Amino acid sequence: MPKSISQKPRVALFVTCLVDLFRPSVGFASVKLLEDAGCDLEVPMSQTCCGQPAWNSGDREDTKDLAKAVIKNFEGYDYIVAPSGSCAGMLKKHYPEVFAGDAIWEERVEKFAEKVYELTSFLVDVLKVEKVDAIVKADITYHDSCAGLRELGIQEQPRKLVNSIKGVKLKEMKDSDVCCGFGGMFSVKYSDISNSIVTTKTENIEAASPHMLLAGDLGCLLNMAGKLRRQESSIEVRHVAEVLAGMVDNAPIGERASKSGRP
Amino acid sequence: MVEITSPAFKANARSAMADEQLQKAMGHVRHNFIDKRATAAAGLDEFEDLRDSAVAIKNHVLEYLDLYLEKYEEKVIESGGHVHWAATAADARGQILDICRKAGAKTVTKGKSMISEEIALNDSLAANGIEPVETDLGEYIIQLRGEHPSHIIAPAVHVTMDQVREDFLKHHTHLPPDRPLDEPEQLLREARAILREKFLSADVGVTGANFLVAESGTSVIVTNEGNGDLTQTLPRIHIVIASIEKIVPTLEDMSQIVRVLARSATGQDMSVYTTLSTGPRREGDPDGPDEYHVVLLDNGRSSMIGTEFQDMLRCIRCGACMNHCPVYHAIGGHAYGWVYPGPMGAVLSPSLIGVDKAGHLPNASTFCGRCESVCPMHIPLPKMMRHWREREFEKHLSPATQRGSIRGWAWVAKRPLLYRTIASLSARFLWLLGGFNRRIKSLPLASGWTRHRDMPAPEGSTFMSQWREHQASLKGDL
Repeated sequence: MPKSISQKPRVALFVTCLVDLFRPSVGFASVKLLEDAGCDLEVPMSQTCCGQPAWNSGDREDTKDLAKAVIKNFEGYDYIVAPSGSCAGMLKKHYPEVFAGDAIWEERVEKFAEKVYELTSFLVDVLKVEKVDAIVKADITYHDSCAGLRELGIQEQPRKLVNSIKGVKLKEMKDSDVCCGFGGMFSVKYSDISNSIVTTKTENIEAASPHMLLAGDLGCLLNMAGKLRRQESSIEVRHVAEVLAGMVDNAPIGERASKSGRP
Repeated sequence: MVEITSPAFKANARSAMADEQLQKAMGHVRHNFIDKRATAAAGLDEFEDLRDSAVAIKNHVLEYLDLYLEKYEEKVIESGGHVHWAATAADARGQILDICRKAGAKTVTKGKSMISEEIALNDSLAANGIEPVETDLGEYIIQLRGEHPSHIIAPAVHVTMDQVREDFLKHHTHLPPDRPLDEPEQLLREARAILREKFLSADVGVTGANFLVAESGTSVIVTNEGNGDLTQTLPRIHIVIASIEKIVPTLEDMSQIVRVLARSATGQDMSVYTTLSTGPRREGDPDGPDEYHVVLLDNGRSSMIGTEFQDMLRCIRCGACMNHCPVYHAIGGHAYGWVYPGPMGAVLSPSLIGVDKAGHLPNASTFCGRCESVCPMHIPLPKMMRHWREREFEKHLSPATQRGSIRGWAWVAKRPLLYRTIASLSARFLWLLGGFNRRIKSLPLASGWTRHRDMPAPEGSTFMSQWREHQASLKGDL
């Protein structure tokens, strides 16, 4: 693999369209974590979206076009890292399916897919990061987002890093590995069913009585935060990267300031 | 024909979620099955190897299905039985009706069979003056209620015990109305006493099959109540109704798959009864039917072979996918609107009744992947649901507004500069809508979302524009 003169791995951040639009602080937290871990980080400026909304809507042609653009933009780096199990899963697991049987792209996409990682698993599994320097005093519960968990096997990595934060107490909720009901367009197309699922989820979150809910995917976080806010819950919701980077002074998702009463 | 209400899936789902009795009954599914399966899977070291082996067996069968079906037929005939090939549900109904008529049957007892549901056998028999009697307790309950199964292995999982008591009081009018019926055992004893009479008076017994063994012409059922045994040994005629993909080559293959079946379904090591039947009663046999018939149903399955849906034919109907499905948990089985609910139904139903009718089902999934993770046959259910979505998209069966918005969004996403501009404007616009509290209470284009949830407001400008400024300031510092 090509290495820069410093021998630092050249890592491209795949920001994800939701982080770009809704929560840039997750992007900056990811940059901090990757740079602290010794990466030579870049953000390719022509990135847009991985194409998952098209893929899950059955629009294969548009998915292909968008996937080709992502591959062209990112394949030159040593690694491609996204603060999302869902988008990383799309790049790593679904792109090869998108181009299955395509003689020209099949091999290229395979090489590309090998270099794609979700943020916490990249830190732990590839860079062998054991702990982070952050100090956050809070009781935290962690939701396992489905694509990260079942497509990429992400479960222990974020917990390991969260547990290394000074001041954190991890309080597991019941059924942390069960879907929050987001499912992209599902949450709008089948909003009543989605609501039933997320209501069960927020019951489990509340029952763990944390100050803070974390997850590794902004889609799930917007869904759960949206429901918690509607229910007037005081639990603050953040992306795991923000907390690992110690960036918890800004407003939590869907709030103007923290009301969680964390010390 | 079972009425198809799948096109009204959304309305079905809404009423299911508002049904307090159903929601109470579903509590059982939401945990019991899951915990038991997890314990059973963890308790057998070779469980994962057995899954792989089961997949290999079924994949092999599907490659050579025609050969194994012919072998199976040959063996059934050799053992004195009859095989009837049914291309459609109507063919199967006709063949069963013929057998019953020739036998002058007035009563038919039935073991639990989803294929019988698929071909709507009960309606057909009843319309021709033959009384079908369901003998599986769950099936018996829903037959009294005039309903269909809401789960493929626990047909009455949507019914509470209080409802069963009311049904028994209403229908079993020959018994004293003040009899005690507060305990499950009392309900069970009453049903058993009534069914015992039916077993003895039935002319024909119909069962399904979990497996058809090609090397011996044997049909196999797994049950927990023993009703299947009585259904197939007491009447003069036994009819097996099974779909073609139930074939396995050998008894050894069957016994391997059985080991993952009950563990995945109910968390049992084995079902209480595993019953093998081969042909009619032979000379010297203590019991068994005089006639043994097998009705082999295709009903669209052979046309799945060689397509992206072939893997679905590995399904052994354990129900693990629906037991683990958050959507099924929320709405129960009837909302899916036809015979097969849950993730396996979301893939199979469009194949059998048409994606034009069942189009909602493969869309009503979050793609959480929990079904695939527990499927003993490693069927890639989410992937196949996506294949259906592709077909709907291609055939313009999905709503035009949805297709239009996806195409429009993709058109923008392929143009990074334009995309950046629109993203920045959206971030700003939604930020403004977020107001003081940083959340949006109502958003016209995403009313489905804001009906139930707030939309957290963005931070104001996009990451990409902040990053560009950040990079520029770094250069400025140098």
